[in-house]
Amino acid sequence: MWKYVVKRIALAIVTIFIIITITFFAMNAIPGGPFQKEKSPLPAVQAVLEERFNLDKPLIVQFGLYLRNMFRGDFGISLKTGREISAIIGESFAISAKIGAAAIITALLPGLIFGSAAALMRNKWPDRLIIFSSTVFVSVPSFVLATILLLVFSLKLGWVPVWSIKNPSYILPIVALALYPMSYITRLTKSSMLDVLNQDYIRTARSKGVAERWVIFKHALRNALLPVITYLGPMAAYILTGSLVVETVFTIGGLGTKFVSGITNRDYPMIMATTIFLAVLMVIMTLLSDLVYKLVDPKIKFE
Amino acid sequence: MSAKLLQVKNLRTSFFTDAGEVKAVNGLSFDLEKGKVLGIVGESGSGKSVTAYSILRILPETGKIIGGEILLDGEDITKYSKKEMREIRGCRIGIIFQDPMTSLNPVYTIGSQITEAILLHTDRTRAQAAARAVEMLALVGVNEPARRVKQYPHELSGGMRQRVMIAMALSCEPDILIADEPTTALDVTIQAQILELMQELQKKLGMAIIMITHDLGVIADMCDEIVVMYGGRICERGSADDIFYNPRHEYTKGLLHSIPSAAKLDEKLVPIGGSPIDMLNMPKGCPFFARCDRAMKICLDEPPEEIEINPGHFASCWVNVQQMLDDEKAAGGAEEAGQ
Amino acid sequence: MESGKLPKKNLLSMQIDLSKFTPASDEDKQQVDIMRESTTFFRDGMRKLFKNPLAVASLAALLLIIIAIFVAPLVCPYGYDDMIEVNGVRDRTAKNLPPMTYSENEKAFIAEGGKVFPHFFGTDQLCRDYFIRVVYATRVSLAVGLFASIIVLIIGLTYGAISGYFGGKVDLIMMRIVDIIYSLPDMLMIILLAVVLDPILGSALSGTVLASLGTNMISIFVVFGLLYWVSEARLVRGQILSIKENDYIMAAKAMGAKSGRIIKRHVLPNCMSVIFISIALQIPAAIFTESFLSFVGLGVQAPMPSLGSLANAAREGLQSYPYKLVFPSLVICFIVLSFNLLGDGLRDAFDPKLRR
Repeated sequence: MWKYVVKRIALAIVTIFIIITITFFAMNAIPGGPFQKEKSPLPAVQAVLEERFNLDKPLIVQFGLYLRNMFRGDFGISLKTGREISAIIGESFAISAKIGAAAIITALLPGLIFGSAAALMRNKWPDRLIIFSSTVFVSVPSFVLATILLLVFSLKLGWVPVWSIKNPSYILPIVALALYPMSYITRLTKSSMLDVLNQDYIRTARSKGVAERWVIFKHALRNALLPVITYLGPMAAYILTGSLVVETVFTIGGLGTKFVSGITNRDYPMIMATTIFLAVLMVIMTLLSDLVYKLVDPKIKFE
Repeated sequence: MSAKLLQVKNLRTSFFTDAGEVKAVNGLSFDLEKGKVLGIVGESGSGKSVTAYSILRILPETGKIIGGEILLDGEDITKYSKKEMREIRGCRIGIIFQDPMTSLNPVYTIGSQITEAILLHTDRTRAQAAARAVEMLALVGVNEPARRVKQYPHELSGGMRQRVMIAMALSCEPDILIADEPTTALDVTIQAQILELMQELQKKLGMAIIMITHDLGVIADMCDEIVVMYGGRICERGSADDIFYNPRHEYTKGLLHSIPSAAKLDEKLVPIGGSPIDMLNMPKGCPFFARCDRAMKICLDEPPEEIEINPGHFASCWVNVQQMLDDEKAAGGAEEAGQ
Repeated sequence: MESGKLPKKNLLSMQIDLSKFTPASDEDKQQVDIMRESTTFFRDGMRKLFKNPLAVASLAALLLIIIAIFVAPLVCPYGYDDMIEVNGVRDRTAKNLPPMTYSENEKAFIAEGGKVFPHFFGTDQLCRDYFIRVVYATRVSLAVGLFASIIVLIIGLTYGAISGYFGGKVDLIMMRIVDIIYSLPDMLMIILLAVVLDPILGSALSGTVLASLGTNMISIFVVFGLLYWVSEARLVRGQILSIKENDYIMAAKAMGAKSGRIIKRHVLPNCMSVIFISIALQIPAAIFTESFLSFVGLGVQAPMPSLGSLANAAREGLQSYPYKLVFPSLVICFIVLSFNLLGDGLRDAFDPKLRR
């Protein structure tokens, strides 16, 4: 198994390197480069950029220096505000991470519970209700959901205040982010449970005289969880990209909003740094979910 | 006369599917005595496995026992509550299944799966149960039992997994062991080992065995009594000698004739004609009607009654009835003539 | 064969018709021997599909939408980019009209006896009829979804088929490449590419047909072509690998069939079901992606509408004009839901494991 772990980590590192390379060289294909040598908003900013990023050196050297700076935590400065990008990322990501983590838990736990309930009460009304709602929610894009939630609960009904740093309200964005993965997990859990409940070893457990609730919670669930764990990586990716829109809609000061406004303003250094940051985050989360899966499935443990 | 441990009387089990009712077991009766080995023979779909599941009541969702009685030591267990059934399963009746790979839970060690059964039905502590699990593994011939106990099912070979299943089923010393096609999924050489093991254990522990199989060779070796099933009904039942040397049902005869023999290499193979029965469209009369060489019109309309050919040897076939009637007529005629 | 002694007991609980003890004829036996009619896998699957009410409803809904988006522009006199005109004069009072209302000028015109085509969905802040904009937006979104899926299908199918059929070293290398591409975060790459291509291609494209779509669409297609085909390829390869193992392939080879023929006649038809399902699920995914990008401002160039950009634009006057959000959102959800249900139905109908 350790061979696998090493291989997988190596793959992740290669991927990260490829991403950084692609991002850097793509951004530099823009006429004027990411730091906009030709037209800079503020002369003071321009001077700092020249000094810090060696814009007169050949591209390869710039690349090396960019990497070195990155390891030191220096991502450059925002074209628009002149602030240190690392600082911007630091404070805004704290907010996004909170929302993201809450969304993951909100998606995972109810998803597992509803899915198992649907499997156990198959073809009865709870099953039909759960599956119906999940199917509908899986068809609603996060930005649509976010905007509608904002409209109904914040603007029309006034139940939930609009987000501000002093008065942060997280419930709507968490719901908007979590609803799609929760519905997906519900459906996944149900079909996985049904698969497992049809297996021979469930019959064996019953034939030993195991009580029905233990047949389900001990024998079935443990096996049914495996496909759901595979979904953890894609789910994290979804929540990450979803946060871009959800934060924008709810005007939350998280990394997503900063990224989107960076795109709108063509704040290239910001775009470059955030792309790399988010991409690396995604790769790491996928890696973690893969490793967790391998850890949990005994068939792989011992190979 | 030894006590009848298990008596199945006119058992009827059906599956209620979207396509209709499938009468998987349609009037089955047999007895099992303490310490004896009973074989149930039949093709796939004849209802033999369903019989086993009915006894333990581990039928799938769509299955239901719709008639008959199952008497365990005189008590009808079809009337037992779920809790009472749980006490029987694994404790008074153990069962092993056809495919040991899929019958063991892949995410738990084999030791924990055996221990689970022991803890459910005996008063042992965890430590005692674990020790007992190791004992059982040794009993069924698994080498290095103390090490194996911590292994997962996929780390063992097919034959060993089946031994584990046997250990698990026998760990609480049940009175009856049901073996549902225990060797079908194994290599031929391993088959022989497992069967030998079962015979040894039977002598040692004295439990009764119900051996379910489609393989006549296995039956011939091990069984005291035999039940032949087709299409959910019983064709014939009796001792091994009765069935093999005096078969009285066309299906049984067909089965015996179709066994290729090394001694008669030149002879053509003799299969049973026709195709297996469609369980959704069962005929009113004898299920074997369409494939039977001696079928009569009555066989289409009326399900044959079971008649006793010899003490302990029963057959459900109209041909036997016809023979009996002819004999009566002849005897009557002879009487008259002799008057 | 020896017969044993039959006991001389009184038989039989019931009256038996002794005349029935005559041998049965072959016709009697025919009665019992009903064989099930044989169908091909495909026909069987289609039959199951049409028995599924949700799948049929989705198919019908999708067809309806497709018909609507072709018929509507013929019926409705407004263009998606035209400001409302009354009597040939631009009507500035037709701004942000709620659904099914008329502007001041239009009301006056009607009072004089003129006819004005109703604004089903109202108008937007640039005095354009919203209904026709939603219709065109649907066209764009569906078209993007379709083309993207086709690109993905062609590339993925070819790649997966080659990799799966030839196996060995070829397969190994090809799958390694797939693994690496698979681990790249697609959404970020699309955003990156769109941001980068915009200034580069912008000037190059003006005046051409593609200009109306915008550079962003180009980047979407490019990225789809570069990244999204990998799951399709994996799926196809997996199917092919499992089919290869099947004995009927060996049988065909044993009869002397050539590779190409084997692929065409045996391998592909069995992949069909997997491919259909994958298309049905790929289209809503593409539509999702396109609307997401439009929402972020990286989608189709204005004035061409797409469902995502309409939804985004609606955020501005959200409180006062909620309908501007509701209509495009409903259409997106409706389309995606129909495709999802159809995909589910296809999977249920063609998955052999689900036979009861």
